[in-house]
Amino acid sequence: MTKEEKARRKFISDTIKTVCGVSLLGMGAGLYSNSASSLPADILRPPGALKENDFLSACIRCGLCVRDCPYNMLFLGKPEQKVATGTPYFIARTKPCEMCDDIPCVKACPTGALDHSLTNIDDSRMGLAVLVDQETCLAFLGLRCEVCYQVCPIADKAITLEKQHNIRSGRHSLFLPRVHSDYCTGCGKCEQACVMAEPAIKILPHRLAKGHIGDHYRLGWQEKEKAGGSLVSPDAKREYNLPEGVVYDYETGGVTEKDSPFSKNPMDTLNK
Amino acid sequence: MDSEKQKNKRGFLKENKWLIMRRLSQVLILLLFLIGPWFGVWIVKGSLASSLTLDFLPLTDPFILLQSVFAGFITDGKAVMGAGIVLVFYAIVGGRVYCSWVCPVNIVTDAAHWLRHKLNITGSVPLDKNIRFWVVVLSLMLAPITGMIVWELVNPVTMLFRGLVFGLGFAWVFVVAVFLLDFAISQRAWCGKLCPVGAFYNLVGKVSLIKVNAFNRDDCDDCMDCYQVCPEPQILKPVLKGESKSTLINDSACTNCGRCIDVCEPKVFKIGWRF
Amino acid sequence: MKLSRRDFIKNNAIASTAAVAGITIPGISVVEAGSKTELRWDKAACRFCGTGCSVLVGTHKGRVVASQGDPDSPVNRGLNCIKGYFLSKIMYGKDRLTKPLLRKTDGKYDKNGKFEEVSWDEAFTVMADKFKTTLKEKGPTAVGMFGSGQWTVWEGYAAAKLYKAGFRSNNIDPNARHCMASAVAGFMRTFGADEPMGCYDDLENADAFVLWGPNMAEMHPILWSRLTDRRLTHKGCEVHVMSTYKHRSFELSDNDLIFKPQTDLIIANYIANYVVQNGGVNKEFVEKHVNLRLGNTDIGYGLRPEHPLEKKAKNNKKRKDTVGSKPMTFEEYTKFLSDYDLDSTSEKTGVPKENLLKLAKLFNDPKKKITSYWTMGMNQHTRGTWINNLVYNIHLLTGKISEPGSGPFSLTGQPSACGTAREVGTFAHRLPADLVVMKKPHRDFSEKVWKLPEGTIPKKPGFHAVLQNRKLKDGKLNAYWVQCTNNMQAAPNMNEESYPGYRNPKNFIVVSDPYPTVTAMAADLILPTAMWTEKEGAYGNAERRTQFWREQVQAPGESKSDLWQVMEFSKRFKVEEVWPADLIAKKPEYAGKTLYEVLYKNGQVDKYPTQEVKDSRGNVYQNHEMADFGFYVQKGLYEEYRIFGLKGPKKGHDLAEFDAYHKSRGLRWPVVDGKETLWRYREGYDPFVKKGAGVEFYGYKDGKAKIFALPYEPPAESPDKEFDLWLCTGRVLEHWHSGSMTQRVPELYRAVPDAKVFMHPDDAKARKLRRGMKAKIESRRGFITVNVETRGRNKPPKGLVFIPWFDARHLVNKLTLDATCPISKETDFKKCAIKISKA
Repeated sequence: MTKEEKARRKFISDTIKTVCGVSLLGMGAGLYSNSASSLPADILRPPGALKENDFLSACIRCGLCVRDCPYNMLFLGKPEQKVATGTPYFIARTKPCEMCDDIPCVKACPTGALDHSLTNIDDSRMGLAVLVDQETCLAFLGLRCEVCYQVCPIADKAITLEKQHNIRSGRHSLFLPRVHSDYCTGCGKCEQACVMAEPAIKILPHRLAKGHIGDHYRLGWQEKEKAGGSLVSPDAKREYNLPEGVVYDYETGGVTEKDSPFSKNPMDTLNK
Repeated sequence: MDSEKQKNKRGFLKENKWLIMRRLSQVLILLLFLIGPWFGVWIVKGSLASSLTLDFLPLTDPFILLQSVFAGFITDGKAVMGAGIVLVFYAIVGGRVYCSWVCPVNIVTDAAHWLRHKLNITGSVPLDKNIRFWVVVLSLMLAPITGMIVWELVNPVTMLFRGLVFGLGFAWVFVVAVFLLDFAISQRAWCGKLCPVGAFYNLVGKVSLIKVNAFNRDDCDDCMDCYQVCPEPQILKPVLKGESKSTLINDSACTNCGRCIDVCEPKVFKIGWRF
Repeated sequence: MKLSRRDFIKNNAIASTAAVAGITIPGISVVEAGSKTELRWDKAACRFCGTGCSVLVGTHKGRVVASQGDPDSPVNRGLNCIKGYFLSKIMYGKDRLTKPLLRKTDGKYDKNGKFEEVSWDEAFTVMADKFKTTLKEKGPTAVGMFGSGQWTVWEGYAAAKLYKAGFRSNNIDPNARHCMASAVAGFMRTFGADEPMGCYDDLENADAFVLWGPNMAEMHPILWSRLTDRRLTHKGCEVHVMSTYKHRSFELSDNDLIFKPQTDLIIANYIANYVVQNGGVNKEFVEKHVNLRLGNTDIGYGLRPEHPLEKKAKNNKKRKDTVGSKPMTFEEYTKFLSDYDLDSTSEKTGVPKENLLKLAKLFNDPKKKITSYWTMGMNQHTRGTWINNLVYNIHLLTGKISEPGSGPFSLTGQPSACGTAREVGTFAHRLPADLVVMKKPHRDFSEKVWKLPEGTIPKKPGFHAVLQNRKLKDGKLNAYWVQCTNNMQAAPNMNEESYPGYRNPKNFIVVSDPYPTVTAMAADLILPTAMWTEKEGAYGNAERRTQFWREQVQAPGESKSDLWQVMEFSKRFKVEEVWPADLIAKKPEYAGKTLYEVLYKNGQVDKYPTQEVKDSRGNVYQNHEMADFGFYVQKGLYEEYRIFGLKGPKKGHDLAEFDAYHKSRGLRWPVVDGKETLWRYREGYDPFVKKGAGVEFYGYKDGKAKIFALPYEPPAESPDKEFDLWLCTGRVLEHWHSGSMTQRVPELYRAVPDAKVFMHPDDAKARKLRRGMKAKIESRRGFITVNVETRGRNKPPKGLVFIPWFDARHLVNKLTLDATCPISKETDFKKCAIKISKA
């Protein structure tokens, strides 16, 4: 082997070694990235965060959003956490989003990983509150709790209380919290405030929180409301076979007697 | 022995002038980021990845932004301007000035090297200095494949700085790994052979205007002190040995650390303009 | 060290922050309350509001570790509100006081010294010395006490006896003065007897509910769930809600009436006018059961006499002018009402005509059974007694009263405002069972029951709550004891009246409390106090239901119950030190005796010897007072107190014997032959109504109630150019009163950590404020800084803001005005003028 050949061989083998080594490193990092990109359900992104996959390509891990949060409730992922290192997150149970009107975190983002088109905080969707445990929720048990409703910044829209007869006590009413995904921003105030040892209401990512009714079925009453009337021609006027003097009203569900107890025919009265 | 005495005569400060200035620079930059969270005085916000100075000047790490672009996200935010400013800056002062004057890992690898030298550890796994360029390619290629900025998951450089500013967590594991690598396995491996951040700035620095100049190379007494301290010793030989015509250290691997100026008895080196 | 006001407020902020920040419940309660642990369960009444929910208390190893709503309780059927859910945690705040604390410098008492731990003996020695000196130098009117509607029945009774009989001072008043006094004065004035005629069963019998201001949804959570259930399940049931701002009770409203502050007087008269004009009057009822009176007007605002408003008023100098009235005919009454027509009412109140009409028509409908509810909106009112009278007028005119589902019902705020403050008579003018100190026969009877010489009880009413603070400030009241309440935080106009009064160098202030409250911080001596189930107790709720509980656990450290403190303190006084010689001469056998012997060891209170307190399952309970005094103190006091109801000059106050209450989930008085009374004054339901009378308001001798013609008069302070907003104060569901207990429950603290100012978004915008920003709220008397809330539970109209008062760090009573109803002496916490700017 000539000296040049030796050098050439060495170059080739070194290059192969380098490429193999770097590829191995690459595969490792790729696999690691796969596990790091699946966000745990209790980790929430700041308002305006792009969809997780897009977010991970857009967020350059600078922490400017963390710095501009006036409530210090945003944190950056650390290597040991199940959130991509350096990316911002918050945990609703410990420190929820306070929903600032001016959304400073979004403004601070230099790349748009937090979408700059979000200008009304009510439009943000950090997650969705779900009443995960109706068995232990104090409101479902009839207690007058409602703390989640009270702390909701969009109470009466994002969370409403539905009143229901308490069959067990027989004389009290239940005030059941119900979350409306059209309004809930997932700020996490409800989860934080839930007074129970383990919260009965939790913020989940939309992918876990929402069901889908399927495209093959529509809700008739909603479609009718949307259309502003019946989708087909309205029901024809109805008439019924009824005893004399009786009025039937479908809307009130009532069968009532007409005001006068007397029939037009005196014989009816006489022979009653 | 003679040279030892000589050195003593020059005094600690003179002998370490550039090193002290670099350390000051590294610490000062870190402090600028820390006085906000510590004292509520907000001069610089964010981290080296992207920052905002005095609510006005955006600075963004162009390498991370480039990965973001490769991952498929085109930003129109402040980051573009920030990256541009940074690019222009390093293009002027020398790309790898980042490594020696800003990067916190530099302190770690310098420490590893110092200890290695102190303990006289000689064994070193040889690594090709060009691996780092492959890692640059790799980190850019992984971005579109995974759709995310993968390198930032493991990058000890940003991790350490972010850790120091925002809370370290287990980031120290990566830092210790770098230290052990440089200390026990392969001499000057991280900064000199592997780190893609350095490699990226290496590429940026191709056109830089500020260079180390061995203007006085005729006085070189071949004491080898500069080789000992230089993080990229391979760049010295062509200039000192007169293999190149110019006395400028033109290799963009040079970090403009100035350590060679510190240690050189005959004052061979100075920092100066390229032209 | 002189404690300046600024220091005080600063310290107070720090202390309360620390208190709420570090509050965790010691692990023991969590660990040992595990589901497998065998707990001892016993019944008790909830510690919080006047609803009077019954709970079961689970103890383990001398500690309350759990609680549950009592499923057998008629009130709550196993349910609780969120405060009741955390009852088991209220006694275990980290900063419980466990030793008497006295301000000292160099080992000696010093008004400006720092608190140091002292023994009970030293505490009582210093305290007795101060009281004796004061009594000697200035007489009985210079000693006083401020008590509570959260005292147990016997605590209030023993304290009232110590003051009225022992010290011969009527200067004892409960915090119920801030809370229920207008309802009391209203009931007494109209019916000659206190407390509602109906009960909570009205909730299941009414066709319509009219809320005169109360936010029942938050303040009476369990009753609200009963009301809601009626609305949901009873076809045609209506709920009409009045208030000066929109609150959570409007969720159920069929008719929203948001009126301008103080104009509830106009609405009430308008309704009366409408029913008179439109045939809604039950003529037979009015004829048989009602007298008509024209009340005196221009009665002032209960401010200091030198206030321009008081100088200007006509009928505010003498009590008889203020409460005075003269008979009138129905025609005169009709004419009086005719001013209150729909157009002018709508204009003056700001309520749309259709809403007013809807409410008026409801009352005009003879078939509808209607229950009216109210709390602080009507009571904390410079015409509080009047508006109470006016609402009774409507129920009397229409005959909708004293029958299932119909009647005016004042909801109480405190767990024993009825039981202790009203029935026991811990007010400055009252004696037990509706008796008053001003009437000789009432004093005579009381002295007879108490075995006292004639003339012991002074005739002149003592200083009421607001007057006590004024007299403290003026140096006229010098030895003062506060028990079971946090009046520094609760009383109006803190900067100008309360704080200078407490820190007046002439005064010695004693505060008994389990926790370091704002009031305790302003005291000179703090006595650590056993709370709730750390003692045997009794509460009386808003529907006249008296409930008992046994001592469940021992109080921490050297804490002692209020009862023990009062009785033990009485041992320090010889009769000669407090009574004049001529009085002792009438009962020479008392010479040389202590007040303890005269008042409590009187052969009557000490009649029941020490016994084992046992439940039906054989569990044995401690009773520290019985152990310390050597007789069944609670039973003795209760049985003596019961004599007032059984044999007193005012009939219809019969209570059952002591042991009966330990067996039942409370009984509603009058209890005759073991039977409760549901609806008073109605034949068949009420055993005191004469046969054939149908209805008899036997509080008055002629059996008739009174309708009072009373006009609208403006509030003491209204917004003007500079102070351009109304301030209304109140409570929130999650916190009880001043938060001294609930703010120490971490979960409740987290749910509502601090007070905010609820305001209209436009009002905020006009002041360049946004939700969450700090705002400076300023009145003529002081300022506070709180965060702005433009969303959430309370939605005030433009021009009015609401701030809750539970938050010790944001003391809203620095702003409020100490104007009161001149008759009931209850402060108007609902109306004063403020301005708001960016902080």
